[in-house]
Amino acid sequence: MMRSLYAVYRKEMGHYFASPVAYVVVAMFLILSAIFFNLYLVEIVEASLGMASDFDGPSQLLRAFLGNLFSILMLFLMPMVTMGLFAEERKRGTMELLMTSPIREVDIVIGKFLASLTLFAVMLLPTAASVVFVYLHSDPTAPLRVVFSAYLGIFLFGGSLIALGSFLSSLTENQIVAGVLTFGLFLVLWAIDFGTRSTETVMGQTLHYLSVINHYEDFTRGIIDTSGVVYYISFIVFFVFLTVRSIDSLRWRRA
Amino acid sequence: MIEVADLTKAYGPVTAVDHVSFSVNEGEILGFLGPNGAGKTTTMRILTGFMPATSGTARIAGFDVTTDSLAVRRHIGYLPETPPLYPDMTVESYLDFVLRIKNVPGDKRRARISEAIEKTNLGDKGTELIKRLSRGYKQRVGLAQALVHDPLVIILDEPTVGLDPKQIIEVRHLIKGLAGTHTIILSTHILPEVSMTCDRVVIINKGKIVAVDTPQNLTTQLKGVQKIRVEAQAPEKPFQELLAQIPGTSSVEVSLARASGHVTATLEVASGKDVRSLVAARIIEKGWDLYELRGVSLSLEDIFLQLTTDDAAHSQASN
Repeated sequence: MMRSLYAVYRKEMGHYFASPVAYVVVAMFLILSAIFFNLYLVEIVEASLGMASDFDGPSQLLRAFLGNLFSILMLFLMPMVTMGLFAEERKRGTMELLMTSPIREVDIVIGKFLASLTLFAVMLLPTAASVVFVYLHSDPTAPLRVVFSAYLGIFLFGGSLIALGSFLSSLTENQIVAGVLTFGLFLVLWAIDFGTRSTETVMGQTLHYLSVINHYEDFTRGIIDTSGVVYYISFIVFFVFLTVRSIDSLRWRRA
Repeated sequence: MIEVADLTKAYGPVTAVDHVSFSVNEGEILGFLGPNGAGKTTTMRILTGFMPATSGTARIAGFDVTTDSLAVRRHIGYLPETPPLYPDMTVESYLDFVLRIKNVPGDKRRARISEAIEKTNLGDKGTELIKRLSRGYKQRVGLAQALVHDPLVIILDEPTVGLDPKQIIEVRHLIKGLAGTHTIILSTHILPEVSMTCDRVVIINKGKIVAVDTPQNLTTQLKGVQKIRVEAQAPEKPFQELLAQIPGTSSVEVSLARASGHVTATLEVASGKDVRSLVAARIIEKGWDLYELRGVSLSLEDIFLQLTTDDAAHSQASN
């Protein structure tokens, strides 16, 4: 039922852009990323002065910008985008309208997921200006491959955050609770392998694989690793599935 | 159009709806009457597919609400207790969204929206943001939402809550106007509402159906007796004895109003004969002063109280 999925998507986009949520989050993200881009740029230009001629400044800059910075900003900003997805509908009673309309739960969940993903893409788009700047004004030229794989990585990474956030939002009527849980749980999944020194042991390897950030680091080096893509896609599918089950279970819980 | 058989819903140890069965014919308005917490909302939520029943079946337009939920949801319009509104949408864009999720094709949406706005008297509020509307208008947008896609069955949970008296009358007219082409179930705890709008009434208490009938039949059920209220300036004992001697009297209750020193009495008399003139003549004969004498008509209220109160006799006595 593409039509009902689109109806939910459309409504959700309208909600983002009719309320200050989208503008505040996007503006905050762009301001912070612009400030840090300048700081990184200055730092790397200074560092490169004393370096040998094979020092790859542009790649370093892109990795700091698209890798470290974006992932941290996402961790803070995305919970604000997803916390209201279902919690608000439940609180307002509009969940009752959706659930008594001829529309499947999976259409509701995917419609909302795609809306958040679109807002995320809108957020990322202007940052391409900084990347184009690096591309035009650097020597050696920044490898395009790194740019593309890093953007693919951040998109998958953000998608995972959105999927987790929408699941947690479906569990409660309280947006703040949903937001804090999303932030906390994602941070746990991020730092899950911090205590393990070696990746020699099975335990170490498992934790290393489970961490949401490790796969992303490969992408920022210009490597599109299948295991990374599979990891993020399965992460997203898993939490979208859980969200559908969670919405469905609302019917069985005491209202 | 709607058939409910042995419907039961238990929340853990609490049974909210207890083996409820009833049916609604096409084009009929059925009133669901009961005190708060009687199981009205739960029954409606099961009918709309919002929650499943513990046991029993319910069919709407031939489709089972549990096994054919999507088909049922295609044919119903539902106004929950709190209207499900998106505050930062305009009335028109909200109704458009509702039509989209109800699978109404694009070329029909425009006409349906203006029709619903006209029916619910939303007039010039179409481009207004819902959060800027008053409570009464919000309730009407909720109603518009339930009928905008022209469903076979419309289920309204307390549709007149939060409206002022003028709006209540408008909404009742609107609901009556929908009958015939739509089958309607509405719930309320306001008695006059039922006698004014509904073809049939289901009285429900503590999850169980206590009566199903037309409002007229329910009122005539108690027509066997007639009540008369008398107020006079008289000594209590002789006053009671005098009234007890009126032919056809089955019971007399006398009480003394401390402030005025008057005695008041309520008599239950077999109907068929108006004894009021006789009562007046006897009191004047005794030289007492008569202050009030009137027949008390038994309303749905009395029936409702009788049916839903465990100790009906006690509650009558204390009236």
